[in-house]
Amino acid sequence: MRVRLSVNGASQEHEVEPRLLLVHYLREVVGLTGTNVGCDTSSCGACTVLMDGESIKSCTVLAVQADGTEITTIEGMAQDGAMHPIQEAFREHHALQCGYCTPGMVMAAASLLKEHADLTEAEVREGLEGNLCRCTGYHNIVKAVLAAAGDREALV
Amino acid sequence: MTVADAGVAGVVGTPMTRREDPGLLSGEARFVDDLVVPGALHVGLVRSPHANARIRSVDTSAAMALPGVVAAFSGADLRDEWAQPLPCAWPVTPEMLNPAHLPLAVEHARYAGDAVAAVVAESAYVAEDAAALVAVDYDVLPAVVDLEDAVADRALVHPELSTNTAYTWELTPEPEAVERAFAEAVHTVSERYVQQRLIPEAMEPRGVCVVPQPFGDEYTVYSATQIPHILKVMLGLSLGVAETKLRVVAPAVGGGFGSKLNVYAEELLCAALARRLKRPVRWNEDRTENAQATIQGRGQIQHIELAADGDGKIRAVRVRLLADMGAYLQLVTPGIPLLGAFLYHGAYDVPAYSFVCTGVFTTKTPTDAYRGAGRPEATYAIERAIDALAGKVGVDPAEIRRRNFIPREAFPYSSAPGLVFDSGDYEGSLGKALDLAGYDDLRAEQRARRARGSTRHLGVGLSSYVEMCGLAPSRVLASLNYSAGGWEAATVRILPTGTAQVVTGTSPHGQGHVTSWSMIVADKLGISPDEVEVLHSDTAVAPHGMDTYGSRSVSVGGTAVFLAAERVLTKARTIAAHQLEVAEEDLELSGGTFAVRGSPERSMALATIAFEAFTAHNLPDGLEPTLEASVTWDPPNFTFPFGTHVAVVEVDEETGRVDLVRYVAVDDCGEQVNPLIVEGQVHGGIVQGVAQALWEEAVYDQDGNLLTTTLTDYLVPSAAEVPSIEVGRTVTPSPTNPMGVKGVGETGTIAATPAVMNAVIDALAPFGVRDLDMPATPERVWHAIRGIGQEGRQ
Ligand code: FES
Ligand code: FES
Repeated sequence: MRVRLSVNGASQEHEVEPRLLLVHYLREVVGLTGTNVGCDTSSCGACTVLMDGESIKSCTVLAVQADGTEITTIEGMAQDGAMHPIQEAFREHHALQCGYCTPGMVMAAASLLKEHADLTEAEVREGLEGNLCRCTGYHNIVKAVLAAAGDREALV
Repeated sequence: MTVADAGVAGVVGTPMTRREDPGLLSGEARFVDDLVVPGALHVGLVRSPHANARIRSVDTSAAMALPGVVAAFSGADLRDEWAQPLPCAWPVTPEMLNPAHLPLAVEHARYAGDAVAAVVAESAYVAEDAAALVAVDYDVLPAVVDLEDAVADRALVHPELSTNTAYTWELTPEPEAVERAFAEAVHTVSERYVQQRLIPEAMEPRGVCVVPQPFGDEYTVYSATQIPHILKVMLGLSLGVAETKLRVVAPAVGGGFGSKLNVYAEELLCAALARRLKRPVRWNEDRTENAQATIQGRGQIQHIELAADGDGKIRAVRVRLLADMGAYLQLVTPGIPLLGAFLYHGAYDVPAYSFVCTGVFTTKTPTDAYRGAGRPEATYAIERAIDALAGKVGVDPAEIRRRNFIPREAFPYSSAPGLVFDSGDYEGSLGKALDLAGYDDLRAEQRARRARGSTRHLGVGLSSYVEMCGLAPSRVLASLNYSAGGWEAATVRILPTGTAQVVTGTSPHGQGHVTSWSMIVADKLGISPDEVEVLHSDTAVAPHGMDTYGSRSVSVGGTAVFLAAERVLTKARTIAAHQLEVAEEDLELSGGTFAVRGSPERSMALATIAFEAFTAHNLPDGLEPTLEASVTWDPPNFTFPFGTHVAVVEVDEETGRVDLVRYVAVDDCGEQVNPLIVEGQVHGGIVQGVAQALWEEAVYDQDGNLLTTTLTDYLVPSAAEVPSIEVGRTVTPSPTNPMGVKGVGETGTIAATPAVMNAVIDALAPFGVRDLDMPATPERVWHAIRGIGQEGRQ
């Protein structure tokens, strides 16, 4: 089947198997390997990307279902060589260790911050519930997201 | 080396952000599965659905008929590929039984998940489809699941061994002293604890990709491993390939926690298939396979007894362990419980000691190193038992610890089991942790809640731990029958343009060695960390190394880097003195420049010296060109980090639900190279330790099926389940290395589990609950509150 969509602002058009998952399409067909796969039960969030601005787990969506949408992956976050404020905050607050959960975590945080104004620590923790990290114990991830939330102007 | 040269730049000890991060944050970093390898074939594995079964036949014809399938093999088809079975590098006793473990099982599958056939296809999707088409006919045999049952040998995992006992290992330096202490004891404690099996669940599953160069019979192996160097040696031995023909690369690796400290069937298999098919071969684990076929951790039944005098001063500790090996001995499976063997007296001064461990085969996934490896188990047992002792003596848990601590002035302390603890201030860290937690206020709040009959019970748990890490010197490892050394290698060179290059034998997978090693070198040489390149995890660029595990990297690998930088500086000084025509002692190093004391205008920058060393036009007679030094450091002793953690929980009497409401950690890992990284290690370790206490368990049914194969069944905590962590520190330098560092990768996991369980049991004191198995699920807690024992359930 044919899919036509935009990935990080560039239009893509490919013939794909109907069963191809969006995450595999992004990684293997488009060649953007920043989005990771950590499970097969949509539990870990490593594969989180934005579809039309909202975070989705790209392992639960077929490539053909993404036809006509705009997808943003971690590779689309930095603009003009400058990291996105959430990426900056992650670095500043040591919110990543091995970095495997990080692309998904950053995308989930981006959508969380877009949808909510003033976030409390508890809201950040609830909001990131679908994204697992085995390294950081979340302490610094929460800190980074709260820091980025305090800098909302820079987020747009 | 003059002392004046140390710490010029002052970057060591500062919370520098990590140099690794931009690549990982931008998605540019390459994990094994991200590597683009033209022409690579994909392996799909057929795994036994039975815990114990004879393989009658394997029929691959339907799989072979599928378009896109290139080859399919049973275990028997590949039997001749192996020069040696999968390695176990820790034969803990000369008599230890170690049944042959082949990458693909030949006649017998011994756990659910044991690989019995492999298909090779043009894509991963086709490989998965094809694997499902392989027909395997099994004779199902009785599973051996329960540890106490297994040791009774009613059914055998390996009938040819005639027993399920792999080994018995004992450490009882003075048996009479132990007997006497128990005979004379005023208070005794006798406890039985279960260490449930845990699944490490690194977020990146394992993966391997082997690229052959068939004309040279050479192989490049990319693997999600913590141990590229050890893997290279073992691959060579198991495949019958010369080490010189192998290159092993660990690209970006998404966490390990011990689970990637191994030599796995799939690594050997991909290499053997690449050799046979003369094409690149790759395999990526899915999460279900990760639960079944990557090693698991813990899995022990512990009996611990304490003998104490009237004041609660412990006179002897006696421990008996049953340790679950699983179906086979992986790389260091049998040694894991023994890493705790020396630590069952914890942070306490105990004169008499007895430890015996029986390693037992079961028809379950092999166990091996999982964050802390043996030390969390030991710490759990002594920290739970000392709380039980506090109850018998009638004193506060903090007080019983104070009465027993090894006092500060006793270091270096020779322990009854035979270690020399390097340095410590256990009472200091306890005091600081109690202050930070507001311990007295917590106790007052607890009393108030109890007095007013609140159904939300507050529990406060302490855990004062000490661990041994660094796992060296090599001679001591030899006395434990460990088949490798404990050293680490480093090379530091100043490149012709004045930037520095570090080659390290450690293999980071989240620990930030690029940042920390560049800080150590920058600090030493007086340059910026950004001018230091750190190469690692590729045997072609870093040929020597012992890799990363056991919190060894900074105290062993970091020290090697430190010493190599020091040697480079010595050589630079010689060259500068020669060219400036002064005595070496007259030179001062500051900001990367050697200047003549008293006449700073006569100076040479390190970059200039490096270029002079590179051109070699004007060097002192006999001095070799280039500015470079290699050091292999074998430490004189382990290091002993310590600390006290305080967990505060609320237990809901109505539902049995446990909430961790606060967590305070005071750790002492000696000097800190980068406090930002240290704290990150502490946070992550704590949450893994908390998870053992409250949520995680690899559950097997009676037939040996693993029921928790997905992340919906196996409850790795999310951000919503844990609080922020209140961290404090004390700094007691280690005298065993020049930087005074100790190690911090496992402290959190070691300390947290008993802190949380002690808190839960403390909360349940009004109900007379003294013991509870882990994890403390709402169901378990609810039953305990109502006085229904384990047996009474369901
Ligand atoms: S890969 Fe785990 S949720 Fe998508
Ligand atoms: S940083 Fe390793 S899983 Fe999150």
